[in-house]
Amino acid sequence: MSDENNIIISKGLSKKYNEHLVVDNLNLAIEKGEIFGLLGPNGAGKSTFILMATGLTEPSSGSINVAGFNSTRQPLEVKRITGYLPEKIGFYNDMTARGNLAYTAELNNIPYREISKKIDEVLEIVTMTKKKNQLVKTFSKGMKQRLGIADVLIKDPRLVIFDEPTEGLDLKVANQILQTILDLNKQKNITFLLSSHQLNLMQKICSRVGILSKGKLISEGTVENLGRKLFGGGKYRIELELEKVTDTLIEKLKKLDKVLNVNKVGNQLQVICDKDIRQDISRLIATEDILITRMDMKQDALEEIYLKYFKEE
Amino acid sequence: MRSILTVYRKELTDHFSSNKFLILLALIYIAGLSSTYVALTNIRGVASSLSPHVFLYLFTIRGDVLPSFIDFISFFIPIIGIIFGFDAINSEKNSGNLSRILSQPIYRDSVINGKFLAGITTLSIIIASIVFIISGIGLFSIGVPPTSEEILRIFFFILICIFYGGFWMGLSILFSVTMEKTAASILTAIAIWIFLMFFLPIIANAIANGIAPPENASIANQIRNFNIAHSISRISPSTLFGEAISIILIPTNRLFQPTLLNIVQTPPQNPLSLGQSLIQVWPQLVIIVSLAIICFAISYIIFMKQEIRST
Repeated sequence: MSDENNIIISKGLSKKYNEHLVVDNLNLAIEKGEIFGLLGPNGAGKSTFILMATGLTEPSSGSINVAGFNSTRQPLEVKRITGYLPEKIGFYNDMTARGNLAYTAELNNIPYREISKKIDEVLEIVTMTKKKNQLVKTFSKGMKQRLGIADVLIKDPRLVIFDEPTEGLDLKVANQILQTILDLNKQKNITFLLSSHQLNLMQKICSRVGILSKGKLISEGTVENLGRKLFGGGKYRIELELEKVTDTLIEKLKKLDKVLNVNKVGNQLQVICDKDIRQDISRLIATEDILITRMDMKQDALEEIYLKYFKEE
Repeated sequence: MRSILTVYRKELTDHFSSNKFLILLALIYIAGLSSTYVALTNIRGVASSLSPHVFLYLFTIRGDVLPSFIDFISFFIPIIGIIFGFDAINSEKNSGNLSRILSQPIYRDSVINGKFLAGITTLSIIIASIVFIISGIGLFSIGVPPTSEEILRIFFFILICIFYGGFWMGLSILFSVTMEKTAASILTAIAIWIFLMFFLPIIANAIANGIAPPENASIANQIRNFNIAHSISRISPSTLFGEAISIILIPTNRLFQPTLLNIVQTPPQNPLSLGQSLIQVWPQLVIIVSLAIICFAISYIIFMKQEIRST
């Protein structure tokens, strides 16, 4: 991977607060045009990493570059091309949506005569044109989040860093936000760095993820690859709850095509396989004359990956 | 430098449309107008054909109950300074606006500079407007136009008020940078103001009486007592400010001469020229200006190094 293909490159990045390492020797490269999910529990160092990337805080050691600019020494150049949406995004409540965006536009040195046009354009993207002249204090959390997206789009960013994009939103609104991110990524070729602990939502849109725990990058790669690492190659995981579990059944299941492993937990069986073979499994169990009380299939289960990595602590 | 101007303009708009601005303006106008009324009713008794500076009496004459304009203004300036500074940084931080603003391509100091300048501008407008209103009313009712020296003295008076307000604003911005809660920063600033304005003189007297007991009637002791109390109370910028404006606006005033204390009844003094008055208060002015600069500089440095988190 050459440096030209990457928009964020961190090398040996560390941050200490009172001798406590929050980010520990982090080496991470984020490619241009991808949606990268930075995952980890609260306090894993995600936000600190983001603050260092945007130049809002200085690393204790190591370096971080955004589009070839050093975030610590050239923060202005970095901020010119990077949109950052903090976790707890705030707007001036006594100003209208338009007023808030106009302020951002002015801070970004956009010529006065273009500001109005630009605001209409970004509000259109987040479908908030009608709310243009409403005071921000009347907005819901989801609307503020959308306004936040409009706010970063004002500067035509090449990279958008979004801290906890779906935090505190209901599923419908969260999905809308994610869809907008996906569209922007495809249509405007904006690279996204999302940080989250809501994995099930992230796995829908992230092309690659990195898992952060106690400041260390435990694993990174596509969701599929992370799954392979964890389940010994298996892409699918089928969970069975049976009336009873016999050893012969387990042996027969293991002999099925594409099955990699079978785990037994009480009356439950976990079949790890490379293909959706639910039909084969149910046929087999039927011949054994055993009743199936439940059958579930999980594909690319990021949550499983996540749990696994955090169980190991 | 467009970013400073952008922040400045936005803050100014916020100040002018805020309720606190309207309330303060109303309070100060009421205080100013009532003191003008008092001055106008008493001006005949004080001014004689000999007094060359009748116009300045408008600002300095006290009534039986109501204080003079300069008494009012020395009370209100710290309040204005504190009100327009105490939440400058921490409210932005708490509302989550600060990290959003600082992720725009601007130097971080644009924010604090723009805010300080907007606060000072608001303060200047409040003070200058009431001084001009009083001057206008005075011109109309006493019919004596101010001399050029009086105009200069009023100009210096406004300037000193702005520097003094700048000190309080710098101090309250310092607390807004270092304290997370706006309630904490305003209370700390007000506590310091109350201490310096009301308690320090009492403490100064107590210490002076302890060292040089007033029961000892010798002149040397009396002078010593006065000097100690006076030196201690000069720790407070409000004492310095009071001295400075009373010498600028009352041309016959000079810094108190304790050697004359109790010896002779001070005869009516000749007015000093503006230059001489300024020389008298030069140290006070320098200290007020440097205190304002020091307070702002400390908050500037802390703010520049601070880590801005949204949570």
